[in-house]
Amino acid sequence: MSSIIHGAGAATALSTFNPVDSKKLTNLSVRSQRYIVAGSEASKKKSFGSALTVRHSQKLIPNAVATKEADTSTSTGHELLLFEALQEGLEEEMDRDANVCVMGEDVGHYGGSYKVTKGLADKFGDLRVLDTPICENAFTGMAIGAAMTGLRPVIEGMNMGFLLLAFNQISNNCGMLHYTSGGQFTIPVVIRGPGGVGRQLGAEHSQRLESYFQSIPGIQMVACSTPYNAKGLMKAAIRSENPVILFEHVLLYNLKEKIPDEDYICNLEEAEMVRPGEHITILTYSRMRYHVMQAAKTLVNKGYDPEVIDIRSLKPFDLHTIGNSVKKTHRVLIVEECMRTGGIGASLTAAINENFHDYLDAPVMCLSSQDVPTPYAGTLEEWTVVQPAQIVTAVEQLCQ
Amino acid sequence: MALRLRSSLSKSNFLNILLRHNNLGFGTASHTTRVSQNPISRFCNTMAEKLSSVGEHEDANAQVMDFPGGKVAFTPEIKFISESSKERVPCYRVLDDNGKLITNSHFVQVSEEVAVKMYSDMVTLQIMDNIFYEAQRQGRLSFYATTIGEEAINIASAAALSPQDVIFPQYREPGVLLWRGFTLQEFANQCFGNKSDNGKGRQMPVHYGSNKLNYFTVSATIATQLPNAVGAAYSLKMDKKDACAVTYFGDGGSSEGDFHAALNFAAVMEAPVLFICRNNGWAISTPTSDQFRSDGLVVKGRAYGIRSIRVDGNDALAMYSAVHTAREMAISEERPILIEALTYRVGHHSTSDDSTRYRSADEIEWWNKARNPLSRFRTWIESNGWWSDEEESDLRSRIKKEMLEALRVAEKTEKPNLENMFSDVYDVPPLNLREQERQVRQTIKSHPQDYPSDVPL
Repeated sequence: MSSIIHGAGAATALSTFNPVDSKKLTNLSVRSQRYIVAGSEASKKKSFGSALTVRHSQKLIPNAVATKEADTSTSTGHELLLFEALQEGLEEEMDRDANVCVMGEDVGHYGGSYKVTKGLADKFGDLRVLDTPICENAFTGMAIGAAMTGLRPVIEGMNMGFLLLAFNQISNNCGMLHYTSGGQFTIPVVIRGPGGVGRQLGAEHSQRLESYFQSIPGIQMVACSTPYNAKGLMKAAIRSENPVILFEHVLLYNLKEKIPDEDYICNLEEAEMVRPGEHITILTYSRMRYHVMQAAKTLVNKGYDPEVIDIRSLKPFDLHTIGNSVKKTHRVLIVEECMRTGGIGASLTAAINENFHDYLDAPVMCLSSQDVPTPYAGTLEEWTVVQPAQIVTAVEQLCQ
Repeated sequence: MALRLRSSLSKSNFLNILLRHNNLGFGTASHTTRVSQNPISRFCNTMAEKLSSVGEHEDANAQVMDFPGGKVAFTPEIKFISESSKERVPCYRVLDDNGKLITNSHFVQVSEEVAVKMYSDMVTLQIMDNIFYEAQRQGRLSFYATTIGEEAINIASAAALSPQDVIFPQYREPGVLLWRGFTLQEFANQCFGNKSDNGKGRQMPVHYGSNKLNYFTVSATIATQLPNAVGAAYSLKMDKKDACAVTYFGDGGSSEGDFHAALNFAAVMEAPVLFICRNNGWAISTPTSDQFRSDGLVVKGRAYGIRSIRVDGNDALAMYSAVHTAREMAISEERPILIEALTYRVGHHSTSDDSTRYRSADEIEWWNKARNPLSRFRTWIESNGWWSDEEESDLRSRIKKEMLEALRVAEKTEKPNLENMFSDVYDVPPLNLREQERQVRQTIKSHPQDYPSDVPL
């Protein structure tokens, strides 16, 4: 894993990440360059006063969602859904390295509960796409043992919540064995699965495990949110020598996007600049990114200019990108799906306060789900998840 | 024996599964001729059979039904399978209590060289244990756990394996490492956690690990190594290696969920793994009667579809033969094997335990004397003319000297330096860990008197 300072990878980077200038290109290649150009124009003419009025002289970026502009300069990409992007990434890595295999329940001929492993068993055979009996701790343990002997397993939890049963193996063996063995054994596993609050899946199927796993030393955690970064993160996670937990979201599997044809990966430790802005930094990840962008539409109409960052890397945090943003906007709002207590937002708040206290003009605000099990009733479930209206109110409050 | 459906080609595995599904649960091709392939007519046939058999006692007895997994015969008697069989599963042994070879016994012959090495290593293990234990009592070591009484299991099983077999130990199997070439100095280095330790001083004593010797670092959590071993066996099978995974655990470890899941997985995956249980009668202070109510471990294998054997764990020759045979079966037939080695934990659970508080000193003494694995094997090798008293005393004094020297050197060796606290958490230390290391160094700099002087910075 490369250090964060030099982190930014170009879209086609494979195992080494090329250090770039401090402008910190994101992995959105051409699209990002457009943003940077627009951003820097804006910053040149920026007034450094406290007035938060929109500067109409620059080209305002009205798009709330990460661009869908015609990418005529790149080769024609192809459009697909997020779960297909995950599958494509997985398939490409399995083609590239014969040691990559998949283990989980119903991943083989059934193709996986969310179809992420569809077709892989037919192509690679039963040995490489393994259907296991129902015991999460056992197949996670099995994957760890296999990884120690040279395979690169991708463990699928049918739902992230089930991986609570694998906590022992993940914490005690996966996270620790590289360290306690004195570096003799590596565990390059990827643990992935859908989590988050869905549409009436019930409390046990709506877990947000990132908050439980975040303390475990030795593991990395990333959360994907678009087909582009889903494929990129999947590939990067498989290639990483560290154990990586890739959090997917149940409701994002059918997102459609055009992604490049050429090979690319996303840097595991990097956050994604979704929408540059000047007034406030909004940090989010996974599904909440879309609620934030929806709120951003409203905010832009009301005259605010929010900077939206999808933090993507939940462990460790990309404090470089986040820090630069905080130094620019001086206000932070965290929007997450975790519970309030002990969530990712809680840790992120602490990290920002510790590192960027001097740059803050207002306390860091964190919008999270309440500390309740997710109710089944549709209306109640909707109220446990942060909604765009709340985000708008919070921004207005912070920007007073 | 059932049809061998295993093939190294994954594609034919896939076809086999398809075939199995199409044959509606039949395992062998020979049954297909008796049943119509048309599911609808077969279903009607069954219904017809049922109706016509009302009142006909003989027909009812002869009926069979297809259920997932194969055919099941019916019975009109309400019969429960007993919770235990009348007799316990017999225990395989080759040398009697006095070390004399039992007539008509089946065993795998060992050469003089191997037998002498086995015995010497058992003696070495015993001496090493005693000296380390004493060192802990004297305050030179923080912790230790002996293997006393289980030397035969350790050494004989290791002798029957090949160096490519990967070992997943619990924590009472240092003998396997010893057999493979781990030196006394290396053992001492790990116990003292000095900078020559493979593990870079990160684990407590007896948590050895050696990549070179295919011995996976001990993880203290009970039975977590069992699923790991199944995964490793699976990996070996995928790579078509002539090797198996071997994992050890105690009677107590068999209560953990991981044990059951691992056995089940190994059977389903057809993984070449040996599950060697050291049933030594005690899990700290819990006797086996409080641990499980089955006839030990050997009967549990059948529940998961695993071939099992019960062996006298204090009979080195029987242990060797059983493991040797099991290993061949595991690799050539791609199946797991469960070996229950009956033995006794002569020592305390660890240096943090005083077992005389929960068991009689007489019991310990009896097993140590009457059932001692070393003396039994010694009798046998001496009867072959391969050993003598003189060689015994030479060996013991040499090993003792070596051990004490190893201890002395390990004690004096520097501890690993501070950066090892932060390295290997990830492949490259991330920003937050580098920051934390910086903070620790800064704190040490400002308060040097509060930090140990023997940890180099």
